[in-house]
Amino acid sequence: MSTFRIGFLPLVDAALPILAHEQGFAAAEGVRIELVRDLTWATVLDRLLYGHTDAAHLLAPLAIATALGRGRPAAALSVPFVLGLNGNAVTFSTALGAACGLGEKLAEPAALGEALRDVAQVRLAAGRRLRFGVVHRYSSHNYMLRYWLAGVGIRPDADVEIVVTSPPFAADALAAGDVDGICVGEPWNSIAVDRGIGQIALFTAQIWRRGVEKVLALRQPAMEQRAGEVAALLRALHAAAAHFVESGAAADNAAILARPEYCDAPVETVMRAITDRIRLRRAAAPLHFADFMFQYREAANFPWRSQAAWLYAQMTRWDRTPFSAEEAETAQGVFRPDVYRAALAGSGATLPGASSKLEGAVSESLGVGAAQGRLILGSDTFFDRRAFDPEDIPGYLAASP
Amino acid sequence: MRIAIIDTSSSRAAIIVDGLRDAGLTDVVSIDPASPLLAQLERTCPEVVLVNLENPSRDLLEDYFAMSRAMARPIAMFVDQSDTEATMAAVDAGVSAYIVDGLTKKRIKPVLDLAVRRFEAFSRLQDELKEAKNALADRAVIDKAKAILLKRRGLDEPAAYSLLRSHAMQTNRRIAEVAQAIVTSEALMGDLP
Repeated sequence: MSTFRIGFLPLVDAALPILAHEQGFAAAEGVRIELVRDLTWATVLDRLLYGHTDAAHLLAPLAIATALGRGRPAAALSVPFVLGLNGNAVTFSTALGAACGLGEKLAEPAALGEALRDVAQVRLAAGRRLRFGVVHRYSSHNYMLRYWLAGVGIRPDADVEIVVTSPPFAADALAAGDVDGICVGEPWNSIAVDRGIGQIALFTAQIWRRGVEKVLALRQPAMEQRAGEVAALLRALHAAAAHFVESGAAADNAAILARPEYCDAPVETVMRAITDRIRLRRAAAPLHFADFMFQYREAANFPWRSQAAWLYAQMTRWDRTPFSAEEAETAQGVFRPDVYRAALAGSGATLPGASSKLEGAVSESLGVGAAQGRLILGSDTFFDRRAFDPEDIPGYLAASP
Repeated sequence: MRIAIIDTSSSRAAIIVDGLRDAGLTDVVSIDPASPLLAQLERTCPEVVLVNLENPSRDLLEDYFAMSRAMARPIAMFVDQSDTEATMAAVDAGVSAYIVDGLTKKRIKPVLDLAVRRFEAFSRLQDELKEAKNALADRAVIDKAKAILLKRRGLDEPAAYSLLRSHAMQTNRRIAEVAQAIVTSEALMGDLP
């Protein structure tokens, strides 16, 4: 039986490799998964690059940054499978929540942005800029938060500071007053809420309705060498994803994910996250928000090249590096829809016909071409209704605030 | 060449600092894990940063290196892709390093090699310490079991030990495990006739 050692961080969205292992989907494909838990993305990445692990639950932008050689010598990584969309939230400290007038209900991004802009200006004038924690420099959290802030007229790095707080330490940083807000995945927002130190202000799904989140990353040469075994692994993950969203499966899934060796969190907290029921403030009734996590439907696991292109666009925007057509190609080449298709051809999986699409252009449901199965995409809009054309990154960047 | 050590284990950090100094690398600063990390780094301006692989501050550290205007920006090690063996040895030993661009491999390699040897020596020491602790705990429980056998069965000490030993061999268990079973049952049923 072929073995894949898979690195992960204690987050609810590490669900698919964990459940593929625990619920027998891996074994059914003749694959053995060994999970390696770490506390920082830097360690997850080092273990992957230097062969302690064969694959990793990784931040999508970090896989791209690694391929582009940002912060370290370039190393070829490939992403043949997306582990999920959405699933993160922005949590304000209780004080910032009060200053922005956060109520019982979920805020609306544009209106909250206006309130936050006023607070940010006051704090800037007082020489104590608001500070937000994101989980990594190269994270979708960083890019979602910045996209929203810039979109409501708050300049990241000028009006507010953005610093790094690893997920397991994010709630502590909020409690200690090191940061005024955090953008992090579950269960860490809910843990901050249940501890009474913060209030959820927004879900990142309100900023982008279908935001690419964690991916499965492998070293490219190893992926090509073990093509057959990798295909079996992807089928196992896909089967785990299908089971993950079955209505009767949530309780079992939560019990497994909550264990000390995985998320090490209360079962009830994990249960809320995976059933899209999130408590915004302590002791409040959980709020149902459809698609808070998005692990399977609409070919969610398919690695669209246009998702990588959007992340690359944000990377040039916030690293303040010039757009390069060559880099854009490398970035999009990290996502491997061809490997996904080859692995899932002949299975029941929906396979999109195209490898790239306009991101944020679907406001109602839209049927699109599929090479296998039927694919109807739900709304994938950004909060500011801008769409992203992967063929025109420079034009998109020029029109960005 | 200024070297900074960031380690969650202060005793391991001390061992590495000593080693580097013995090797003639005297410009070494050990960063205090209990104080704010970035302020210390900014004062230190290191060219090489050694950090334990599993240090929980690494993502923060990498962000700081990427952003810093105060110091030359070190990047993750493994500068030379051809030298993957040395790199793997480092990762296996649990060391990660960040190195300012422009330092030659010849100058860095001895530092890395030394850090790797010291990390390995430290984990051997940890293992030995753990073994020694286990051995002590074993001896204590065996002594207790012997005392119980002395009292209950009127054996002398060598006979009590030999009884423990032969039972352990017959049941394919460690002597300490058999002794623990006796101690446990005595605790639960000691007052029964």
